Order: sequence, then C-alpha cells, then structure tokens
Amino acid sequence: MMTNLGNHITQGQFSFLPPLTDKQISAQIKYALKNNWAIGIEYTDDPHPRNTYWEMFGNPMFDLKDPAGILMEINNCRKTFPNHYIRVTAFNSTRGVESPTMSYIVNRPKKEPGFSLLRQEANGRNIRYTIHSYATDKPENERY
Amino acid sequence: MNKKSSEPSDFDNSRVDLDAEFSASNIQEVLDKLDHELIGLKPVKNRIRETAALLLVDRVRKKSGLTASAPSLHMSFTGNPGTGKTTVALRMAEILHRLGYVREGHLVSVTRDDLVGQYIGHTAPKTKEVLKKAMGGVLFIDEAYYLYKPENERDYGAESIEILLQVMENNRDDLVVILAGYKDRMDKFFHSNPGIRSRIAHHIDFPDYQPSELLAIAKLMLADQDYRFSQEGETAFGEYIQLRMKMEHFSNARSVRNALDRARLRQANRLFYKSNKNLSRSDLMTIEAEDILESRIFNESSLDSDSDKGTN
Repeated sequence: MMTNLGNHITQGQFSFLPPLTDKQISAQIKYALKNNWAIGIEYTDDPHPRNTYWEMFGNPMFDLKDPAGILMEINNCRKTFPNHYIRVTAFNSTRGVESPTMSYIVNRPKKEPGFSLLRQEANGRNIRYTIHSYATDKPENERY
Repeated sequence: MNKKSSEPSDFDNSRVDLDAEFSASNIQEVLDKLDHELIGLKPVKNRIRETAALLLVDRVRKKSGLTASAPSLHMSFTGNPGTGKTTVALRMAEILHRLGYVREGHLVSVTRDDLVGQYIGHTAPKTKEVLKKAMGGVLFIDEAYYLYKPENERDYGAESIEILLQVMENNRDDLVVILAGYKDRMDKFFHSNPGIRSRIAHHIDFPDYQPSELLAIAKLMLADQDYRFSQEGETAFGEYIQLRMKMEHFSNARSVRNALDRARLRQANRLFYKSNKNLSRSDLMTIEAEDILESRIFNESSLDSDSDKGTN
C-alpha cells in the first residue's frame, strides 16, 4: 500500500500540513492576488495524481483585489461538493510563463481510502506497477 | 477589596487619546483635501465628517475592549446631474480605507449593463463577478434605478437586486455599496424595493451648486489643466453661468466642464489665427473674455442644439 500519511493524499502545496484554516487560505490568496495571478477553484472525486484536469467551479477569477470574494466562492463550492477534493489554483498569465503557479487543496472527503498498488505480469518476468484509487471503484459522485 | 473604588479607576486607567488616534489615521488630511477640492456640498461634507467620527470612535472603543459592531455603511447618493456624486464616491473609498473600514479602498463603478445579463442564468454570475471584484472596496452603482424595471416582469434586474441584497447583508465587512442616481427616480426605486431601502443607512442628498460655487469649480478645473481666467474672462464666465443655469439640460459642474472645454477650443483657435504668433507662456495659459463671449448662449436664445443635451 502507498504511504498515506495521516490518511490523506498529498498533492500540491501545503498537503503535508494540517488542513488550512480560512484565514490561512485568505493569506495565500492575497499573495496570489498581489502577483496578479488569476485564481480558479476546481473540484474532483478522482484523486489519482495523474488526474491533472479537475472540474472548474465557476469561471477563473481575474482582476480581483481582495480575497473575500474568492473565499465566498470556495465556501459555495464546499457547500455544493462537501465530499469532493477542492483545490485553489493560481495562474500566471505573463507571456512566456502561462502556467499554474500555485495549487493547494482546501477541501477533502471525510474518509480517504487511499490507493492500492497493482502488479501486472508482462513479457518475460517483467512486472508493471500502477496505483489505483480505491474510491474510483465506485461510479462518479458515489465515491466518497 | 472594595470593588466600588477600583472600578472607576479601572475606567480612568484605560483612557485613550482620541486626538492621537485621529492624527494617526491621517483623516484630517483627507478631509482637508475634500474641503479644498470639492466646492460647496455642505451636507455631504458634514455627513462624511460624521461617518469618519463614528468609525474613529468605534476604533477607539474596540481598543478599550468595548463592543464595536461594524456599522452598515451602504449609502445612497441622490442629486441632479453633475453634482459630484461619482467624485465623492471615489473620495469615500479613500476615506473608508484610511479608517480601516475597507481593506483595499478601490472603487468599482458599474451600471445596469455590468450587473444584469441578457438571458436566463446569465445575471447571477455577472452580478457575482462584479461583487467579487468590488470586495475589499466600494461598489458604486450609477443610476441604480435602472436595475428595476417594473414594466417588464421578465426583466432580470430583480434577480440582480436579490443577489446584491444578499451580499450587502452577509458580507457587510467586505464591501460598501453606494447607489447613485437622480433624486425623484431613486425615491421611486426605493419605494418599490423596500428591502434595499432598509439596508441602506445613509441617504445623502447632493444639492445643486450656487453660481459662485460653479465659478470656483471652473477655476479649480482650469487650474488642474494649467489654465486660468483673465480678469475679464472670469467676469464673462460668471455671466455665462448665470445664463446657462436658466436653460434646460443644465447639469451643474458637468456643464461647466463642457463650457470650459469649448472655451479652450476657442482659445486655441484665437491663438492660431492671431497675427502675432509669438506667444508667451501666459498667453498659452490664459482664457480671455472673448473665448467665452463667443459662446452661443450670449448671442441667441434658440439653443435647441446645445451640446450639453443628453448628458446625464
């Protein structure tokens, strides 16, 4: 079994820390806004690390000055998807950079079963390894 | 031991210096600037001073451990066109920022178009986006009465108002909403939307300017652009204001600004066609009486094609 520290997945920033409080999230958003990064809120119920593209909750938010509006959206998203993973991403649109600069999880399911390690016997005595989330055995929206 | 004597002394010990707090907040500077840059508008300035005092006292109260619930500062500005509603709103954002009531102190100025969408489901995201942008600052809704169109029951303005009300109530610490518009139509708007009226604590009415105030405004506007009146020019402009005020579509300071723009045009024209093209610095700066007396207002009374028409 994969190491599942504290029984939660570790992806993005701050994921080895205890869950961020709203105040801490605001401070992080403030930092992103100070750098003129656009902020998006995304959710998913498939926590596989290669699942890069999560669903967006609303449009990405440009031209904001204050974290209060984003926190309001985060809370809306939490209300809509209380048992999904929700992350906040910051996007730097500077020409030549154009990539996400921050990404951290702000909401998790109550119980995260983690991943299993699958071994596939391939040609000869080769073994191929892959990980599989227990949660994804169930259909979408019933996973957590 | 003797509680009675210890308690009052407790109060005395926690004295706070209101003056020190006042000077620390730089409020005086903002208020002075307001006095200096905004001519007239007595009731408005009084109201701003009162608000500033309230916020300051609240801050001091908080420091001495008394409860200071954040006052609701949503406002409505009513007045005729060109009485300085937008200018004051901008200043308001700065004042509230200095007092620490809003965090960023920026002003987001919107009209109906920015809030109301065209199709079902379009309005809510649009309104919310504007509200999110305004958080930490001041949201200024110009001509707010257009939000509500009672004659069209399928109008989406009502939806926008609903979201607005919700945020005004729940995010009171995050943003201040200022509604602005002409007096009579705003009254009608508030009458048909009692929810909004009850959530707005401050109704400020902007009076029309006196002729002398308009002249002072004109001088201030010119000074900002490095122009000035000659002695005769000033007298002529005083006469111009008197005449202009009697006409229709007079919109206070805005009419003054338009008149000045036209005077600058005529001044440039006069200088250009002058025989002696050797100009001094003061020639370039001075607006003479003839620049103003050439105005249509002095020549004729048929002013149907006045260029101030339709400005609102």
